Amino acid sequence: MFSSLMGWVDARFPATKMWEDHLSKYYAPKNFNFWYFFGSLAMLVLVLQIVTGIFLTMNYKPDAALAFASVEYIMRDVNWGWLIRYLHSTGASAFFIVIYLHMFRGILYGSYKKPRELVWIFGMCLYMALMAEAFMGYLLPWGQMSFWGAQVIINLFGSVPFIGPDIALWIRGDFVVADATLNRFFAFHVIAVPLVILGLVVAHIIALHEVGSNNPDGVEIKKNKDKNGIPLDGIPFHPYYSVKDIVGVVVFLFIFALIIFYAPEFGGWFLEKDNFIPADALKTPEHIVPLWYFTPFYAILRAVPSVAGSAFAGVAAMGAAQVFLFLLPWLDRSPVKSTRYRGPIWKIALTLFIISFIVLGYLGTQPSADTTLLVNNTILARIFSVIYFAFFILMPFYTSIDKDKAVPDRVTMK
Amino acid sequence: MSNTVDNGKRRFLTTAASVVVGGAGAAAVAVPFVTSMLPSAKAQAAGAAVEADISKLEVGQQMTIEWRGKPVWIIRRSTETIENLASLDSLLVDPGSSVTSQQPEYCKNDTRSIRDEVIVLVGVCTHLGCSPTYRPELAPEDLGPKWKGGFYCPCHGSRFDLAGRVYAGVPAPTNLVVPPYYFQGDNRLVIGEDAQGAA
Repeated sequence: MFSSLMGWVDARFPATKMWEDHLSKYYAPKNFNFWYFFGSLAMLVLVLQIVTGIFLTMNYKPDAALAFASVEYIMRDVNWGWLIRYLHSTGASAFFIVIYLHMFRGILYGSYKKPRELVWIFGMCLYMALMAEAFMGYLLPWGQMSFWGAQVIINLFGSVPFIGPDIALWIRGDFVVADATLNRFFAFHVIAVPLVILGLVVAHIIALHEVGSNNPDGVEIKKNKDKNGIPLDGIPFHPYYSVKDIVGVVVFLFIFALIIFYAPEFGGWFLEKDNFIPADALKTPEHIVPLWYFTPFYAILRAVPSVAGSAFAGVAAMGAAQVFLFLLPWLDRSPVKSTRYRGPIWKIALTLFIISFIVLGYLGTQPSADTTLLVNNTILARIFSVIYFAFFILMPFYTSIDKDKAVPDRVTMK
Repeated sequence: MSNTVDNGKRRFLTTAASVVVGGAGAAAVAVPFVTSMLPSAKAQAAGAAVEADISKLEVGQQMTIEWRGKPVWIIRRSTETIENLASLDSLLVDPGSSVTSQQPEYCKNDTRSIRDEVIVLVGVCTHLGCSPTYRPELAPEDLGPKWKGGFYCPCHGSRFDLAGRVYAGVPAPTNLVVPPYYFQGDNRLVIGEDAQGAA
């Protein structure tokens, strides 16, 4: 009965073929480890954000006069509104935690290298779209941080020479961040950017399944196939990895639920205290910082002084910090993918890069004039910005001269 | 003759023609959508001048009023403050207010004001648009011993003196904007217009 129904469908739509190509006969390397949870977790969080987002729009009002109160209404009067809102606001931070770990995995095991350059590029586009999504979503509660954060980020575009002020005006739709800005950010946040994200997720996965997954050893499992053409080191994604990922999902949801129920604002890291004050165009909060996932780039922005009467240098540096990530597949000249078999220079460079990313992330949350870590924060941000960029700019040189180890022919099960 | 038709060239021409015509059509359709995001007629109309009464403004005191959605500060400076301004020149990017877009012609002077004691500034940092904090005290702990009062931007650490002139080595590139304004009698300020009319 069921097989005849599927036969009828398959003659008209490739349902069984798609199931096999992407799940039951998609052969993934058998040596996936902890780091391989985060791709599927990102999908889970995306679904969570879409579902909670749909329910939030049922009560939210994208109007400068009503927005702040409508969020409070959701929190206090809507049945379970507080849960849906906290799932969404905490989900945003969870999304970035998962994505940053997912990206780190890619760098650690060389997953951006040939033939997976487009997987990496689509992934980077997803990361950009996600940042746009998070930024525009943060304006919607119309609190003080919403307002001033948007003011700062939109003015980044305003510092582009010649056309900048017109672009900033066009983005705001008014001479200051106002109702028009809120209304259009709502449109982008709930319709435009999510559509882009969904399209990119499809492209990311199709590209991945075309070339096959990398693994912690960075060896191509397609080089060793049995007589049926199945990689010797491959196992079907379903059921092996679908079951493995369920373990990851359970652990993730356990931690996620703890935060939702006991620390949804996470001490001001996931929802800033100043955002519980309605937006006031006349008063900037004493200490304005973006949410934690933007702070490494924010620290780079602040570290660069104005050049020849223009703030564009800092903005350009912040943009370059992203562009270099896109270029990673071509900056890395080593033939070896996985850090396991790479030389000491790469390991030191990668360690310094991770340290600089975390320190910049911390500095981005601190007042720039203060001294919180021995040296003045601005000086420190400049030092670590140099390390951040040196990781990329010097990469073609140090990856060429590094003493890589021999890569095994088959995957190991370390 | 009929066998020598260059099909490759024909195909190129039909493709090129389709792309050009289709592209022009797409660009034309994009115009109304892109333009719809510019400030509406209503937003453009909301830029009228505002008035402020400064009769109760004491020496050293700051008042803030809203003009075009932005904060405008009015501060009555002390004689000591005005005398201190010149001593800061070497620390500043543009002590002589040479960037013409940052103040009207009648405020391009040592105090960046019409009357020496009253400074009027748009309270929006020229870096990325935060509103700096008024810090009139001398040499506070966090701003260092050379501080002679001014404005400190909490977002990215830019510093300005009490004439809104930017210090060197901070992210903000230019001095704070002095809006067009004029006095009506002793204590009434009109902000957003020159004495001759709308700016």
